[in-house]
Amino acid sequence: MDAETPPTPPTLALVNVGKAFGAVQALQGVTLELHAGEVHALAGENGAGKSTIVKTFAGVHRPDSGEVRLDGEPVVFGGPADAQQAGVAVIYQEPTLFPDLSVGENIFMGRQPRTGLGRIDRRAMHAAAAELFTRLGVPLDPQQPARGLSIADQQVVEIAKAISRDARVLIMDEPTAALTGQEVARLFTVTRTLQSQGCAILFISHRLEEIFELCQRVTILRDGRWITSEPLAGLTADDLVRRMVGRELSALYPKQDVVPGEVALEVSRLTREGVFTDVSFQVRRGEIVALAGLVGAGRSEVARAIFGVDRRDAGEVKVNGRGITGAGPTAAMDAGLALVPEDRRQQGLVMDMSIERNMGLTQLPALRRAGRLGPLLSRKVERDRARGWAERLQLKFSQLSDAVGVLSGGNQQKVVLAKWLATDPAVLIVDEPTRGIDVGTKSEVHRLLSELAGRNLAVLMISSDLPEVLGMADRVLVMHEGRLVAEIPRAEATEESVMAAATGQNGKAAA
Amino acid sequence: MTAHHAKPSNRGSLVDLVLRARELSIFVALVLLVVITTLVNPRFLSAQGVEDIFLNASILALLAVGQTLVVITRNIDLSVGSVIGLVAFVVGDFVSGTDHGVLVAVLLGVAIGAGCGLVNGLLVSFLQVPALVVTLGTLYVVQGVNHYIAHGRQINAAEVPSAILGLGNGDILGIPYLPLITVAVMLLVGYYLRAYPSGREFYAIGSSPEAARLAGVPIRRRVLAAYVAGGVLAGLAGVLWLARFGTVIADPAKGWELRVVAAVVVGGVAIVGGVGSVYGAALGALLITTIGSVLVVLKINSFWQEAIIGLLLLLAISADRVVALRVAQVLRKRNAAARTSPAPAAGEREPVNGVSR
Repeated sequence: MDAETPPTPPTLALVNVGKAFGAVQALQGVTLELHAGEVHALAGENGAGKSTIVKTFAGVHRPDSGEVRLDGEPVVFGGPADAQQAGVAVIYQEPTLFPDLSVGENIFMGRQPRTGLGRIDRRAMHAAAAELFTRLGVPLDPQQPARGLSIADQQVVEIAKAISRDARVLIMDEPTAALTGQEVARLFTVTRTLQSQGCAILFISHRLEEIFELCQRVTILRDGRWITSEPLAGLTADDLVRRMVGRELSALYPKQDVVPGEVALEVSRLTREGVFTDVSFQVRRGEIVALAGLVGAGRSEVARAIFGVDRRDAGEVKVNGRGITGAGPTAAMDAGLALVPEDRRQQGLVMDMSIERNMGLTQLPALRRAGRLGPLLSRKVERDRARGWAERLQLKFSQLSDAVGVLSGGNQQKVVLAKWLATDPAVLIVDEPTRGIDVGTKSEVHRLLSELAGRNLAVLMISSDLPEVLGMADRVLVMHEGRLVAEIPRAEATEESVMAAATGQNGKAAA
Repeated sequence: MTAHHAKPSNRGSLVDLVLRARELSIFVALVLLVVITTLVNPRFLSAQGVEDIFLNASILALLAVGQTLVVITRNIDLSVGSVIGLVAFVVGDFVSGTDHGVLVAVLLGVAIGAGCGLVNGLLVSFLQVPALVVTLGTLYVVQGVNHYIAHGRQINAAEVPSAILGLGNGDILGIPYLPLITVAVMLLVGYYLRAYPSGREFYAIGSSPEAARLAGVPIRRRVLAAYVAGGVLAGLAGVLWLARFGTVIADPAKGWELRVVAAVVVGGVAIVGGVGSVYGAALGALLITTIGSVLVVLKINSFWQEAIIGLLLLLAISADRVVALRVAQVLRKRNAAARTSPAPAAGEREPVNGVSR
């Protein structure tokens, strides 16, 4: 504790908190103090543990070690209801509304104004909701159902919900991500009012300028560990970025130098309304191009639109100079695209199916053999092919007929890679290829990607792992809030330059 | 149902409007059905005919009210058909040859129903077993218990005390007790669900379990309460069954669970929870019962009844889907318009990019 700590104990605090999910240590030795009348910023890269902290304060998670303190006294939140009872209001990153209930009911669920006999006073409830919206400057009708609200309006309802609690502690996890500038300004006004009334506030945002505008202190996390808590006065945006990334660059990432060939993937002016806008870039044969940015910047969405999973509203995708005819993933596959998706368990694999079957899924037509009743799948061809790929990728398994669910994360990812490489693509898009994979397998995946590029495959790699981006990529494209804001060649790419672009810092200078 | 009086805006509550529309459309279908049938056969609308329909619909509607409570929380109770049978038989057995009154019969029946509901509720809410599986299991178990107790016997109306039979066949000012009881229960439950905070939490749970959890709604307690209440109403329905028919074989209401679910869904209660009212469910039960009577009057083979209920169900859920999509579309457009027009300046609105500083 430093000398500046006021004599009154913090309203709400985490002391030396650790939390693990399975094998993943999400938080380790984190101490965070929220004082009355102070707006405290929490900053860190994707996956640094910010949302875990929010959920610990909210009573959703209980810490494995360390403790939560309320007014200096240790307290155990058995669930969200306990935290609310203690005066903690939370605005979550993802709006959590009841789509079938009215906006007013959403705000006051569980604490509706009552008339005699404990009945809900709808008139008072809707009037109170309308007043909240006036305060926030958003013309929402309290009586309309929450279903059909835009993300921004949903977020406004969440904010109204939190404010209406007259909370002692307000936790805001990226409340501004979907808001317009004017709405953000209103939110800040309301926040400052609450602050002056003695509310302790935690504010999370990827927009550093918002942190500087609103907050007095900042705590920085990196990989689930506490890095620093200090007053913001005197710090610059660069200081913050440096503290957020500041880790050793290891030499784990062996991208071979390749002279890029012809353009294999050309994306021009790709737009999906409200998700990303006007995205254009090229990937050449033999190149690995990284698509960096913060979570929610629209990277995976771009990949999904290129591959035809999501509809694109405007723009064009060409593979080897030819536009993709038709819609949907099948057309993309026919054109020579392959996508290794972000979520291995949900999107990449059928967990209960065997290794060979998973690998065979992308090539069912090739596995056909003539049968008396029409074409059947040849299990022999399927198995032979699977064995070939398993050897090439050095897959560790006991039987090809085992369910992929029993493999380790790294080996599962190899199965996904095999499944897509088997289609002999011209362009491979990999989304977070090494997330949740141990270090050893990680470098194997890197070696593999590098080797594939060496054989003239064009690789588009989406990754939130900065060292991976810097080590692997020939070029780094950076997205910020649905737009491509920077293209950084390998020589100039540093953690600072990429993070600066990703947090919108160089937007003003470059644009 | 009083119209709600809040008027912060003149749009009215769209949620309520859509629900009303649903109840209205069932009502219109019902009226059409009755009018057409009466035109073909005027005797259909005789006092006796109408009374029969209401008597027959009462028990189904009572069960539909209980089922609504459960379905709104995104669960289901398939055991009601067995429970009502067990109650009718056990209570019948208990009162046969005695002079027990209505009160004893109702208390015993409600207790048995509540017990079954408690078992379902505990398994679903605390052990987190899917409701479909749990209640399918209790359906068979309760059925088995009923057959074991019955052991081939049946309850004879002659042995049932006349006080109890009077409940099923008597009336007050010409209106039979059964529909009166059902309507009273329906109004009570409907009012509770609409007007009380804990009632609204049933809808919240079904609408979004995750949001309910984060909002601190006591999900397990509410789901348990829904099952117990459903069980209580099934118990009451069992007693009414005994009172109405007197003669009861083992597992008399076999297959009723699906009929109840059909009534509830036709009545506008979303099978995924969060939407619907007991009034709609009760109307659904009335509609299904009326169709049965109409088929008899029109001399159509009653085998068709099942197929027609099925068709009705498909029609109802398709209509729901279309309406839901439409409403969502309209709302999105209206919201977009509402947000852009009154906002003073600050440039064009970009939904995701908040880059107007």
